[in-house]
Amino acid sequence: MSTGIDELKERNRKLIDEVLEAYPEKSAKRRAKHLGTYTEEKGECGVKSNIKSLPGVMTIRGCAYAGSKGVVWGPVKDMVHISHGPVGCGQYSWATRRNYYNGTTGVDSFVAMQVTSDFQEKDIVFGGDKKLNKLIDEIETLFPLNKGITIQSECPVGLIGDDIESVSRVKAKEYNKTIVPVRCEGFRGVSQSLGHHIANDTIRDWVFEKGDKNAPKFESTPYDVAIIADYNIGGDAWSSRILIEEMGLRVIAQWSGDGTLAEMEATPKAKLNLLHCYRSMNYITRHMEEKYGIPWVEYNFFGPTKIAESLRAIAAHFDDTIKEGAERVIAKYQPMIDGILAKYKTRLEAKKVMLFVGGLRPRHVIGAYEDLGMEIVGTGYEFGHNDDYQRTTHYVKDGTLIYDDVSGYEFEKFVEKVQPDLVGSGIKEKYIFQKMGIPFRQMHSWDYSGPYHGYDGFAIFARDMDMAINAPVWKLTKAPW
Amino acid sequence: MSQSAEKIIDHSRLFQGEEYRKMFANKRCTFENAVSEEQLIQIGEWSKSLEYREKNFAREALVINPARACQPLGAVFAALGFEGTLPFVHGSQGCVAYYRSHFSRHFKEPTSAVSSSMTEDAAVFGGMGNLVDGLANSFSLYKPKMIAVSTTCMAEVIGDDLNAFIKTAKEKGSVPEDLDVPFAHTPAFVGSHTTGYDNALNGILGHFWNGKAGTAPKLERTPNGSINFIGGFDGYTIGNMREIKRIFKLMGVEATILGDPSDVWDTPSDGKFRMYDGGTTLVDAANAVHANATISMQEFCTFKTLDMIEKSGQETVAFNHPIGVEGTDRFLMEVARLSGKPIPEELRKERGRLVDAIADSSALVHGKKFAIFGDPDMALGLTAFLLELGAEPIHVLSSNGNAAWQEKATALLSSSPFGADCHAYAGKDLWHMRSLLFTEPVDFLIGSTYGKFLERDTKTPLIRVGFPIFDRHHHHRYPVWGYQGAMNVLVWILDKILDEADRESVDGCSFDAVR
Repeated sequence: MSTGIDELKERNRKLIDEVLEAYPEKSAKRRAKHLGTYTEEKGECGVKSNIKSLPGVMTIRGCAYAGSKGVVWGPVKDMVHISHGPVGCGQYSWATRRNYYNGTTGVDSFVAMQVTSDFQEKDIVFGGDKKLNKLIDEIETLFPLNKGITIQSECPVGLIGDDIESVSRVKAKEYNKTIVPVRCEGFRGVSQSLGHHIANDTIRDWVFEKGDKNAPKFESTPYDVAIIADYNIGGDAWSSRILIEEMGLRVIAQWSGDGTLAEMEATPKAKLNLLHCYRSMNYITRHMEEKYGIPWVEYNFFGPTKIAESLRAIAAHFDDTIKEGAERVIAKYQPMIDGILAKYKTRLEAKKVMLFVGGLRPRHVIGAYEDLGMEIVGTGYEFGHNDDYQRTTHYVKDGTLIYDDVSGYEFEKFVEKVQPDLVGSGIKEKYIFQKMGIPFRQMHSWDYSGPYHGYDGFAIFARDMDMAINAPVWKLTKAPW
Repeated sequence: MSQSAEKIIDHSRLFQGEEYRKMFANKRCTFENAVSEEQLIQIGEWSKSLEYREKNFAREALVINPARACQPLGAVFAALGFEGTLPFVHGSQGCVAYYRSHFSRHFKEPTSAVSSSMTEDAAVFGGMGNLVDGLANSFSLYKPKMIAVSTTCMAEVIGDDLNAFIKTAKEKGSVPEDLDVPFAHTPAFVGSHTTGYDNALNGILGHFWNGKAGTAPKLERTPNGSINFIGGFDGYTIGNMREIKRIFKLMGVEATILGDPSDVWDTPSDGKFRMYDGGTTLVDAANAVHANATISMQEFCTFKTLDMIEKSGQETVAFNHPIGVEGTDRFLMEVARLSGKPIPEELRKERGRLVDAIADSSALVHGKKFAIFGDPDMALGLTAFLLELGAEPIHVLSSNGNAAWQEKATALLSSSPFGADCHAYAGKDLWHMRSLLFTEPVDFLIGSTYGKFLERDTKTPLIRVGFPIFDRHHHHRYPVWGYQGAMNVLVWILDKILDEADRESVDGCSFDAVR
């Protein structure tokens, strides 16, 4: 081991000690478990995860509702998703996650809409079930082309003893439609993550278990696959799908970005499930493996290295035509990628990056940065679990600073001391670091750009990172006098 | 292949490419079990009809695209207006992530606020432990001068007692005994963000004036001739506060701004992050009790607060987000009356310049039909300005407007011949507005970013004035109050009218160089 790495680890240790000093003793002890350094010899990130956030520390995390409505269910375009409870949750998550879809909003598609039961005091006192009942009638009147409804519970629903399952059963029968009650109240679990899990379970219980009356009739082929857990942020699932189809496979379902209830119902016919965001949909993928015998493969479509690896890994599940198809796709895009790398690599080489994102990107985007010659010096998950940190060990270098559920205070101090050339995190963090003079890209929403998946997406990714780091504005932050 | 190193194209053009369009068409026809084109057109057209409007307005339970948020958002806004203050929201943590994102998307600035991160165990046993630990952590990490506590609906449903919890936290040493920890109950299932603003501001001022929750003597009021000013929940607070301070300075008025987040939401990029900046000092907040009077720019944001202030012995005056000549006239005359200072020549000149600009451009606006949506006071302020311009505010809608607002808006419309065919809609949402725009079309729509979906559906050009504005940058830096503020709003309206005139005539003879 080089002295450089030892020094780095020592610096990290000091840095962590330093930030912990600011906490009350009890809290410092708890936070210490979430801050660490990846050490190659142990092969560990050295942090605990998926544990309750400390109160009052300015966690970046959200809630179970955000995980269900905001992530898993919200993008399913032909269903109406009711934010069931007070007005706020649906309001703040209205059309902010950039789950692109094709369709006519308000007629056959309902993603960028805020549909809520808008609880008032009387609903808290007398319960919201009657209102929900009526509300479903009103949805059926005003949006007759909807294919189904989901009920995304907000905090009060679980506290006042409403029986949304019973309402769902009755109304599903009445309208002969899929109605899915989701118990994703914001106080459940420790982050968005439990919301993903709960939402996955409702797909199992309220979609798969209820038949496939919405599924389209098509002849199966040996090459049918489903894209699982791509939310089509800025069109990510599309710039992925195009490659999968080009290699000769047929995508029969897209979960859940630009997805439909029909595609969900048809997924058990897939020969292989392609899982992008492991964190948010490994549950339903494992279920399909157990119940329908569908194998699954994790893939990563960020950056040419990982794309090529993934295309080959997917192709390995099929015959030679698909394997050849994968090689053909890789070869086809290589000249374009060579052009992108020639243009941007010299501008980005050796730039240091710190990341803090949700449950997948803290590891998945690392390859894309490395393709551009950049280096990840710190990373962490908002709501990752132990298996995410294990997977992270395949991506990070010895000595990388690891911070789980980082607090505002910690993140600011880490960045201040490490002085990376770029921070990739969310909207809440963006302006803090830009004020500190550090280039920043939002890695949830792609800063309103994207797609970043696939070869087409990598071109945009490379340009955006260059645009962030090499913007002339960063030379202006200090007054010349 | 769509991309090349020479020309990297963005999502908007990328997905219009033939390869992608072919892929979308195949997905739709093979796998989506999509509705037929015919059905799509039929229902799409039906949704524009009078029959649909009737069904839409008959809704009793369903709310679609409302233009309002929940109480704690307003509480965070109010708290950020005070020096060194950390907003602390007691309840589920996801809410705070949402408020911070929401404000950051509007102001393009960081928004600092913490949550007590209550989870299932707190739902069963109450959130006292979370509040006690949370206050200790917040104080240790962020060194606030004040922590302003509010609540999410979770804490409200289980009935957490903030007063008792904060006392306990202080007894346990979470924060120093003398740290100001005002609080307000802000249930999301009552009112909206404007209510939350009111409750929080009332909580903060009441804390200082009425004996800090029984831990200090109640302040004895000795009138000192100054006046207080409250802006309310205002998306233009950066520009507006600076404009108001300039006006007070011009007039030589000694005024205390109660709740001023214009610095904390407008810190410089100079290498340093300032979590706190500016704001009403805690000393000023306490001393504000001695003022002769308090002016609120937004009546519907300050009902409780003004009531409390009135009970302290002050005179209170409330406006409805005044925009325009007459609104500003009334505001300045009240300031002059309450402070005893005359309105200076400089402001008379500014008034004249605004009137001059209106006269120059009046023909472009006169008789144009508008729809407006926004927070109760903003909707009234904009309506008054349009009437002044000779425009017709045909539909005036406020999702958080109540019966009192409806009455006030109706009276305002009745006060002008230009309001003759106009209607106010309290408590309605933007799906109601969609029906209104299809069945009684107007020339322009004024409202927040959410109006862009109405613009897409109904082709009514949107003029962005309101909160939140997520998809245009930096307009919040401009004032909309004062004569100069009205000038800004006038220019925004005119720009859209003239852009439309160009757009409509681009292929015809009316594509005029001079307009």
